Amino acid sequence: MIPIQFLVIDVWFGLEKLLLIGGIISFSLVVAMYTTFAERKIAGFMQDRRGPNRAGPFGILQPLADGLKLFFKEEIIPLTSNKSLFVLGPALAMLTAMLTSAVIPWGSQIEIAGRTVSLQVADVNIGILYVFGVVSLGVYGIMIGGWSSNNKFSLLAAVRGASQIISYELAMGLSLISLLMMTGSLSLKTIVEQQMQGGWGGFLGWNILYQPLAFLIFLICVFAECNRTPFDLPEAENELNFGYHQEYSSMKLGLYLFSEYVNMFISSAVVSTLFFGGYDIPFVNESELASSIGVNLVALLGFLTFFAKIAFFLFLFIWVRWTIPRFRYDQLMDLGWKKLIPLALANLLITAVVILTLNK
Amino acid sequence: MAQLTNRAKILAQKPLTFWESLYLPAIFKGMAITFGHMFKKKPTINYPEQKRPFSSVFRGLHVLNRDEAGRENCTACGLCAVACPAEAITMEAAERQPGEENLYREEKYAAKYEINMLRCIFCGLCEEACPKDAIYLSETFAPSDFTRKGFIYGKENLLIPHPVMEKEKFEMARGQREQQIKNK
Repeated sequence: MIPIQFLVIDVWFGLEKLLLIGGIISFSLVVAMYTTFAERKIAGFMQDRRGPNRAGPFGILQPLADGLKLFFKEEIIPLTSNKSLFVLGPALAMLTAMLTSAVIPWGSQIEIAGRTVSLQVADVNIGILYVFGVVSLGVYGIMIGGWSSNNKFSLLAAVRGASQIISYELAMGLSLISLLMMTGSLSLKTIVEQQMQGGWGGFLGWNILYQPLAFLIFLICVFAECNRTPFDLPEAENELNFGYHQEYSSMKLGLYLFSEYVNMFISSAVVSTLFFGGYDIPFVNESELASSIGVNLVALLGFLTFFAKIAFFLFLFIWVRWTIPRFRYDQLMDLGWKKLIPLALANLLITAVVILTLNK
Repeated sequence: MAQLTNRAKILAQKPLTFWESLYLPAIFKGMAITFGHMFKKKPTINYPEQKRPFSSVFRGLHVLNRDEAGRENCTACGLCAVACPAEAITMEAAERQPGEENLYREEKYAAKYEINMLRCIFCGLCEEACPKDAIYLSETFAPSDFTRKGFIYGKENLLIPHPVMEKEKFEMARGQREQQIKNK
């Protein structure tokens, strides 16, 4: 029998987490929504155009209009498709895109009514491993969607996507191992807190300063995992007619397109957490600041800093997309297997040697 | 093969140097270019709010003119229809009845006056042919329509608003016209 007071605390704990999950999911969706808008706007600016500016002031209602349009489109499920898998595909893509957000620490902690609430859904001690697991699952959304469409283009794109994601996962993992050797922990929260210990209010602790090569490899792999240009071969418009979601229409297509943006948002969050100190405010000592303006305000400032870092990476995603042309398929495989993996291994070796000599 | 002219550029396909095969410097250069373009002046005009100014000799939609008292200038002489190379103008004449002096300037007027905007080539010969300054080409162009019938403009579409009773609309329809006439 559980004593009644533990039960009460558990209810509060559950409520906290539920609110946090709801908040994070709706926040990710809104950010992803406005990333589509930013994508179109920045694409316009980079091509000396104005971008969408008709819906609402400066066009800020454009993503709503886009979503509404997709909802009202006719839903077509091809007769020869495998219907249950066809429906499962986009749902899976969206689900795996959102799943990673559970282990990301979105801020330090806040205090409400004497309770300390951590701004992280689950501080599991295998955080990074969990991220990798979910990212690998992401390939099922593409694979199932492409295969169940029963269309040669879709299947070809899905096979491309699957092999691309599997190839780049290797280099991604290897580049992170050198980082993990330094931190000695897989928990994302611990990694952020370690970075906050560095000099200059945490700035000198940022992993980017110690592992720039790992960061570069990781960033390239993130681009490949998100199917963004220059690695957008699975949805190559001009050679595969839109790729794995060619047969999709209405909101199913919307979910696929949308999951790409959610993926971008979450990967930006992961990159900022691992290499850019997460919610660490550079040049500011958080614990000193907390004693003068309170924990809650510091948490808010930390979250805003984190979001600024994420926004920079979202901009980088878009910036790169409108600059670089797509890789050819053999170039893609060449880069992944023959360049990034050896480079990551070399980085791993150097890091190991340096750590060994320093610890002696 | 022997060169026919000396204008051909001979390309040497050298293998990439190490620096080039890194791709990254070239990528950064490209990104700098696209970033620079974000702040360039945009040639686009926000169309319905902003409009490109027409040239002073622009020939747009036709207007049937009235005099200062608001009487129609047209006497249905048919010179415009004869001058029209596209045969876009048709009209029916009628005689002015007693009591209609405030409507029509002369004893004869156009009871029906139609221009087919799909046939019209906006050459402005009708304006040149008119002895009464009854028709001129304005600064607007024909809006789109769903049917062919919608492009046959009658008097109700062509006639300028009454200068006394609808003064504001009249001023708007005249637009820059007075200034242009003075400039000529």
